[in-house]
Amino acid sequence: FRTVEPLEYYRRFLKENCRPDGRELGEFRATTVNIGSITTANGSALVKLGNTTVICGVKAELAAPAADSANKGYIVPNVELPSLCSTRFRSGPPGEEAQAASQFIADVIENSQMIAKEDLCIANGKLAWVLYCDIICLDYDGNILDASAFALLAALKNVQLPSVTVNEETGLSEVNLKQKNPLTIRKHPVATSFAVFDDTLLIVDPTAEEEDLATGTVTIVTDDEGRLCSVHKPGGSPLTGAKLQDCITRAITRHKEVKKLIDKVIKSIKPK
Amino acid sequence: GVVERSREQLLRQTCEAVVLGVLHPRTAITLVLQVLSDAGSLLSCCLNAACMGLLDAGLPLSSLFCGVTCALDANGAIVLDPTTRQEQEARAVLTFAIDSAERKVLTVTTKGNCSVEEMQQCLVAAQRAADTIFQFYRDSVRRRYSK
Repeated sequence: FRTVEPLEYYRRFLKENCRPDGRELGEFRATTVNIGSITTANGSALVKLGNTTVICGVKAELAAPAADSANKGYIVPNVELPSLCSTRFRSGPPGEEAQAASQFIADVIENSQMIAKEDLCIANGKLAWVLYCDIICLDYDGNILDASAFALLAALKNVQLPSVTVNEETGLSEVNLKQKNPLTIRKHPVATSFAVFDDTLLIVDPTAEEEDLATGTVTIVTDDEGRLCSVHKPGGSPLTGAKLQDCITRAITRHKEVKKLIDKVIKSIKPK
Repeated sequence: GVVERSREQLLRQTCEAVVLGVLHPRTAITLVLQVLSDAGSLLSCCLNAACMGLLDAGLPLSSLFCGVTCALDANGAIVLDPTTRQEQEARAVLTFAIDSAERKVLTVTTKGNCSVEEMQQCLVAAQRAADTIFQFYRDSVRRRYSK
């Protein structure tokens, strides 16, 4: 029945206010995060949201800042959905979903001001950090935006940048790998995704199957003070303002849970 | 580039929600939008153009939609349909696609951050502005077919 009539199969569960994997409509899958697994990167994090697995690695390089913003560094996110994560993706140039996800993550970084680009500047007009954030999906089971945003946040908290000084006489930069400083993360944006079913029901944290059957998706990014960094609803069934408000309240609760988890993980890493 | 891809995804999913695809099976509908000049509120202009294009093509739609952009300046005042300058100086820019049937929200994208109350206020303002835009649609279509 599940393969023949997936929508009817789902409707039967939704009528009882639960889902086939036993979750409530407002319940998230088990979230686990593992920080610092990639030793070759400046910072890394692996996030598992149920079966969805996303790994984020942050590499820092030096570059000259742009002419019009001489005191700002760069943060370059890139989300990759390789063919190994799901049968729906073929190898080759990034598909639309990967590009839209990359743009979404770039917007989240920009809107939430989680890292002030001025902090990344070393010498005004001469040298600044570029943070290449590579977010790679290892297993696609829905809700890729939430997992990517979470992985990015955890990886950036884990980043240790070596201290760099510019030698006045030679004008060259000297990198001191022994002395490392963490990044100052000002805000902690957390994304919460919902799937809309039959124009009325909202379910939180959809799996890949649920996303395929849904008539629309909404992603809400909140930060520490309950402000909205991003409301992303690319088309799909229309929602009233009240329904949107419900999503926002759920997103704010989720933010608190995620923040607690991240703080616990950061504390558990022994300082070197 | 990546920005165009995400805009395309937005427009595509908004149009997919209103176009009654069941009436045209095994058919591809291609929507080509060419930006002639950008003086602010580009995304809502694209949404309006897309809807009018679909109207003009005579495709069966479940409802019309219109795009409205709101900018929140530093004092928290809402500016509808901002120019490029107002967008750059604004604290947050929100774009809504409102449908014509029940003034529900089809699409939302935000740039910058704002509080929840401000978002709701912008939404109400956008829904009111949608009435003006739908009236414009009606007048244009009337003008086209009354000649």
